[in-house]
Amino acid sequence: MVIGVSGVQGDFREHKWMIERLGIETMVVKTSEDLDKVDGLIIPGGESTTMIRIMKMTGLFEKLREKVKTGFPVYGTCAGLIVLAKEIENYTQESLGVIDIKVMRNAYGRQVDSFDEMIEIKGFDKPFKAVFIRAPRIDSYGPDVEVLAFLDKFPVMCRQGNVLVTSFHPELTDDARVHEYFANMVKEYKMHQEMPKANA
Amino acid sequence: MEKGTWEIKKGFAEMFKGGVIMDVTTAEQAKVAEEAGAVAVMALERVPADIRKAGGVARMASISKIKEIMQAVSIPVMAKVRIGHIAEARILEALGVDYIDESEVLTPADDKFHINKHEFTVPFVCGARNLGEALRRISEGAAMIRTKGEAGTGNIVEAVKHMRTVMAEVRKVQNLPYEEIVSYAKEIGAPVELVQQVKDLGRLPVVNFAAGGVATPADAALMMMLGADGVFVGSGIFKSKDPAKMAKSIVMSVTYWNDPEMLLKISEDIGEPMEGLEIDTLEVKLQERGW
Repeated sequence: MVIGVSGVQGDFREHKWMIERLGIETMVVKTSEDLDKVDGLIIPGGESTTMIRIMKMTGLFEKLREKVKTGFPVYGTCAGLIVLAKEIENYTQESLGVIDIKVMRNAYGRQVDSFDEMIEIKGFDKPFKAVFIRAPRIDSYGPDVEVLAFLDKFPVMCRQGNVLVTSFHPELTDDARVHEYFANMVKEYKMHQEMPKANA
Repeated sequence: MEKGTWEIKKGFAEMFKGGVIMDVTTAEQAKVAEEAGAVAVMALERVPADIRKAGGVARMASISKIKEIMQAVSIPVMAKVRIGHIAEARILEALGVDYIDESEVLTPADDKFHINKHEFTVPFVCGARNLGEALRRISEGAAMIRTKGEAGTGNIVEAVKHMRTVMAEVRKVQNLPYEEIVSYAKEIGAPVELVQQVKDLGRLPVVNFAAGGVATPADAALMMMLGADGVFVGSGIFKSKDPAKMAKSIVMSVTYWNDPEMLLKISEDIGEPMEGLEIDTLEVKLQERGW
C-alpha cells in the first residue's frame, strides 16, 4: 500500500513524515502518471489557487476527479479541503466538487487570527489539538456528508465515502491519529480492489 | 484558544513551500500574481530594482498601498519593514498583514539591533547569508528565513552563494560532536540550542526560501535544486517584458524543478527577462545590511 501526497505545492513534507511514522510507504505526486502509482492521496495545506492552477495545467485535476469517482480515497487539509469542496462561497474558483460542502475561504480571518484549539473527534478516545491557519470554514453540508468534528457550530472534519477533509492541520502536530484514520480508509479501498469478484 | 504561537507562525510558513512569493506595487499587479499562482504577494511602494535606482531612504510602503493590495487578492499579503523599526512592524500588525519581512532592501532604522519578533502575533521572515545570521534571526523570533541574495539585480550569483553557504554549514554542524558545537556556535554568533537543533534536524528549524536575484524560471529551479523550500521573486516579474507569462512560468518551475523535460517546456516562450546587473559594479550592496 502506498499513500501519495500531492507535491504540487504546500506542506507535503509534513504529511509525508506522518505517513512514514505510521510505517506506510509514501511518495510525492506531481503528475497524473504519479497518481497511478498510489492507493490514496493527501492534498496538503498551502494555497488552493496555486494548487488548482497547476493541477489543471498538468491534467492532474481531471484525472484525480475521475479516480475519486471510482472510489479512490483522498484526504484534503485546509487548502486541500478547498480543492475537494463542491462550492466556494466567496471567490470564483474552480474545485473538484467531490465532497458536498459549501466553504468560505479565510472565514476565520487573516494570519493574526490563526489559532489552535482542542477538539473532540468522533471515534477518537482523547481530544485532538487542531491547528487552524487562515482556515476555510465549512458553512453547510449535504445529507451524504458525515461530520466527524465540530468547532463551535461549524464542521471542521467531514467525510463523504472515500473523501475526507479537515480545515485544520494534523500534520503540524505530533498526533498521527487523523492520518491513521485516513490510512484505514486506504486499506479498506485496497482490500476491496484486491478481492476477487464474487461471481467470477 | 491560542493565537500567534511559534507553531502557528512557523506552520504558516510551511504552507508557502513549493511556492512563489511575488513583489507587487499595485492591485493590478497583485491580481496578475494571484492569477499566475503565487502563494503570497509582497506589497511594496517600488520593486527593489527601482529602490536601487531611486536611492535615498526606503521605508515601509504607504498604508493605502498595502490596503489596496490586501483588498485585491485572496492570497496572503506580506509587507516589508526597515530593520529594527519596531513601530513600522506594530503598524503593519495592526493593519493585519499576514507576514512581515524585516528587510535589508529598505534602509535600516537601527544600526545594531533587529526587532524582537517573539513579541508579535504576526509572523516575520528575515534574510540571511549564512547559518549564523539565519540562527540569530530565528532566535529573535523569525519564523521563516530567506537568502538575501542581492535584490534588484536580476543576478542569481549572490542567492546561490548564500544558499550554498547555509547548506554547507548545516552539513558541517551535522558532523560536530557536542563540545565542538559550543565553540562553533560562538564562532558563527548563534545560540548553542539552535545549532544543536540544526544538528538534530539536519536542516534549519524553519522554512528557508531563496530571494534576491531570481529573474527566470531556470533561476528559480536552480534555487530549488540547491535546497530552497520556495522562492521570492522581486523585480524579476514586473521588470520583465511579459509579467503574466513570466510569473506563470516561474510558478511552474518551482513545482517541477526536478523534471528537465517540464522545465524545457516552461522555459520556452517566456519573453525577455529583466535586465541584470553585475555585482562588482554596485555602489550599494543591500545584503550587507543586517547584524
